[in-house]
Amino acid sequence: MTLLITVFAAIISTMAWYVRIDRGDMQLGFLSLMFCGASIMWFVDAVFEYAELGAEYFTPAMEDMMNDAFLGLCVVALGLVIWMVRLLIRDPGGRLRGALVRKS
Amino acid sequence: MACFTVSVVEAVAVTAVQKHIEKKEHAAAEVSGVPAEPTEASDETVSWSTKLKWLSFMLWGGAALLAFEHLWHGEITPWFPFLTAMSNAADRAEMFHEIATVGACMAVLTTVIWLGICKAADMIVRRRSAYADVHEA
Repeated sequence: MTLLITVFAAIISTMAWYVRIDRGDMQLGFLSLMFCGASIMWFVDAVFEYAELGAEYFTPAMEDMMNDAFLGLCVVALGLVIWMVRLLIRDPGGRLRGALVRKS
Repeated sequence: MACFTVSVVEAVAVTAVQKHIEKKEHAAAEVSGVPAEPTEASDETVSWSTKLKWLSFMLWGGAALLAFEHLWHGEITPWFPFLTAMSNAADRAEMFHEIATVGACMAVLTTVIWLGICKAADMIVRRRSAYADVHEA
């Protein structure tokens, strides 16, 4: 479930990056690569788990699935927080700086 | 248990190499007097510093999110030795086995996919150039 949620996050962020490809001011490429990297790593983890459990891997207990889904959502939230903090610190479009200068 | 550590080690090495290459590209651009940003894609190819930046984003990002998962499962602690598996010899052996198998495979697969992305990026850049050549002729 964690792998599935991260893969969807990677696909959505990659699509968002592609749509805004001419304007790199949102640093969506970073977000996309971060989720892609995490998806690859969880995929490897899933392959090893499958090798160990066999077909049982695809029939997890409801409680385990809920816990994994909750973890997946928390992972996506953490990824978004990392991206947002990096975006605000780097401020590639200079919007934040502009707003702060205007206010002071 | 600690499979993400392999990716962290690779990410540190890749970031160091990327910074070094970026500096060299900046220096080369200053000497040749080319005003273009060397980290940006040129007409014919994508610079190595840009490609390495992609790999470092994948490794750092993936390792950070995986580390969070380990924290979630209680495999990482905020105090020394930071990994719960370090507390006894049997767990330690299992952890090193996991690092050598799962961790190494994670780093290798990420690098292989990155190589594929680099190859695809170069092909796309060349294809665009060929398209422009045909239409300009």
